[in-house]
Amino acid sequence: MKFGKKAIAAVGSLAMLGSIAACGSNSGNANSGSASSDGKVTLTVWAWDSTIPRTVKGFEAANPNIKVKIVNAGTSKDEYTALSNAMQAGSGAPDMAQIEYYALPEYVTRGYMQNVADNGAKDFGDFYTPGTWASVSLNGGVYGLPMDSGPMAWFYNKEVFDKAGVDPTQVKSWDEFYEAAKKIRATGSYITSDSGDAGFFDSMTWQNGAKPFDTSSDGKTVTINLTGDDKVKGFVDWWQKLISEDLIDTKTAGWTDDWNKGLDNGSIASLLIGAWMPYNLLSGAPNGDGKWRVTQMPTSDGQPAGSESGGSSLGIIKSDDKAKVDAAYKYLEYVTHNKEGIATRVEAGAFPADNNTLNSPDFLNVTSITDADGKAHEYFGGQKFNEELATAAKNVRAGYKFLPFEVYARGKFGDFVGKSFTDKQKLSDGVKAWQDDIVSYAKQQGYSVKE
Amino acid sequence: MTEKTMSASMTAAEKERAAKKAEKLRQKRVAADEKAERKRSAKAGFANVNNPRRSLTLTILSAIFAVYCLFPFAYLLINSTKTQADFSSTFGLGPGHSFAFFDNVAKVFTYNDGIFTRWLLNTLLYVVVGAGGATLLAIMGGYALAKFRFPGRKAVFAIIIGSISVPGIALAVPQFLLFAKLGLTNTPWAMLIPSLISPFGLYLMWIFSEQSVPTELLEAARVDGASEWHTFWKISLPLLSPGIVTTALFTIVATWNNYFLPMIMIKDSDWYPLTIGLNQWKSQAATAGGIPIQNLVITGSLITIIPLVIAFLCLQRYWQSGLAAGAVKE
Repeated sequence: MKFGKKAIAAVGSLAMLGSIAACGSNSGNANSGSASSDGKVTLTVWAWDSTIPRTVKGFEAANPNIKVKIVNAGTSKDEYTALSNAMQAGSGAPDMAQIEYYALPEYVTRGYMQNVADNGAKDFGDFYTPGTWASVSLNGGVYGLPMDSGPMAWFYNKEVFDKAGVDPTQVKSWDEFYEAAKKIRATGSYITSDSGDAGFFDSMTWQNGAKPFDTSSDGKTVTINLTGDDKVKGFVDWWQKLISEDLIDTKTAGWTDDWNKGLDNGSIASLLIGAWMPYNLLSGAPNGDGKWRVTQMPTSDGQPAGSESGGSSLGIIKSDDKAKVDAAYKYLEYVTHNKEGIATRVEAGAFPADNNTLNSPDFLNVTSITDADGKAHEYFGGQKFNEELATAAKNVRAGYKFLPFEVYARGKFGDFVGKSFTDKQKLSDGVKAWQDDIVSYAKQQGYSVKE
Repeated sequence: MTEKTMSASMTAAEKERAAKKAEKLRQKRVAADEKAERKRSAKAGFANVNNPRRSLTLTILSAIFAVYCLFPFAYLLINSTKTQADFSSTFGLGPGHSFAFFDNVAKVFTYNDGIFTRWLLNTLLYVVVGAGGATLLAIMGGYALAKFRFPGRKAVFAIIIGSISVPGIALAVPQFLLFAKLGLTNTPWAMLIPSLISPFGLYLMWIFSEQSVPTELLEAARVDGASEWHTFWKISLPLLSPGIVTTALFTIVATWNNYFLPMIMIKDSDWYPLTIGLNQWKSQAATAGGIPIQNLVITGSLITIIPLVIAFLCLQRYWQSGLAAGAVKE
């Protein structure tokens, strides 16, 4: 009797612990798949880009021994967090991952990425636009291949601009843009919105010729010079003027439902944004159909100049499993270099990073976008919008560099500079505080810092 | 003959009328008495719970709170009838240009090859195995701790009280590292095992067992020769049922709504629960080339909460009695 009592007590109170042990012994190998004896390889690819899954069918048909599993592990920062967690924990990482150009140096520095130069990628230099190629050629290797690009362009709602009597194709300089913003504001709309976006800040300073960040060739010294760079200051002063005079909408954060609403009803009249925007406009602002147009970015001196916004590479996570890496490289080549693979994605809305597509008449002469239901829309009123965007791609300034911890730096932008858009803080003070934070982070990470 | 019945029925009707009149008078008296009592109690400063004073302030406060709680639900109901185009172009609390509710529901279940159904089944798996297991373990553990004396009992008590005070979210990251070492991330185990543990449920069942299962009854069963196992299942368990429902509701809601744990544990959309899946749909809009499907996100959210609403409506009774049961110690 007594023994029975004790037994049940033990069962009851230790039941929880017991169940853990029981389940633990059932653990399957959760690795994302590896080459098995029959030569079949399963690749796990983390990507949030909606055009990537479309390449799987064509690739698997050509490579029956490789199975590709696309996983949306979160967009941008969410994926990077998960990737860092998995790499640090030593399990659960994918075989390949979509990594934006700005984040790639960080992961290369940490040693997460496989150098694919010797797999054949080192000969692809002329295939891609100079900017995107520079973004993946790091530390003397090739750590991924360009999936797409995002040269900045000016997308505008012609109806609103006509009402205000402004023709954006004649607006070349930042001063002219400022005057145009006042006219647009007089109609009740805002010329554009910005509630503090690190990517936008980078793109705009880049376009202005700023080079606030640099890393020495040995990777030990970083230059962080946001406050001392005249070109950064040029942008900050101009943008401050627009914020102070309530000429841009600082309340509507990008990519929210309200933002889409603003684009849809014309209260946000234009966007300075990457060339991948057309498909987002069609789906996010369906009422703008036929009203929007594209033109070149305004610049500080009115001379054509450009920069990139966003754009991603596809990379292979470092591995000793040669069969795995070879299979992954085959898929990488298919998505980023193969004619069929690229065409599949461009048709679905990706903005290409390769010169062939950017120069092909099929691409340049497009006047309509196809929506999810397969219906074609002349969203830009019959304009050959790709022609304009390809020009923007050619104007991208070379030589801009990201920090080797750009993901961290961008993550902190909102904390320090974000306040300048909502509170009374000056934009330049926000940038100063941001600079200080990045510098102290760099020192913590063991870099010597040049300011 | 007819006259007789007439007069009989007349008297019956009259009687009825008289009875009604008497009842009315009685009710009036009762109402007057109750009113007087409320007045007296208002003066005295305490009230009879069976005859509570009515408070305008409290009524208004409750009404405000009800509106606050129901507002998101109303928003879901309204916006689940809109197409994506209507959603981004019409007023959030007004109707859209078309009624697309059924269309949306159909699309939710077919989008991405019907991945929503998969997420729904995953959530059900996590709830049935995770929350169900947690409830069972809480019952057994709580019962054992309440009804048996064994060494280390006090230590267990301290551990449980301690672990209630640690929020689950604080444990998620260490749990992630642990599970990664075991190679269990990206598998349902990563979601199931942590869900099996409910210190609060265990504590609740402990207190509940202590009060609702008389020790004398257990002794009687033992004298009659029933095994401990038999006594637990046949005698104690029925007595524990209100507590079980309460614990089950707690664990079901916690598992159904769990967001942070699967977010860091699971990066394989085949094993996502609804919470993570819907968030993935939501963030799909915020990327280059992404197509916003907020109409599906909203309709999906509505579908997601329906099972919980049903569970609450059905088990509400037990929930209340279970919660109150531990409140008074005799």
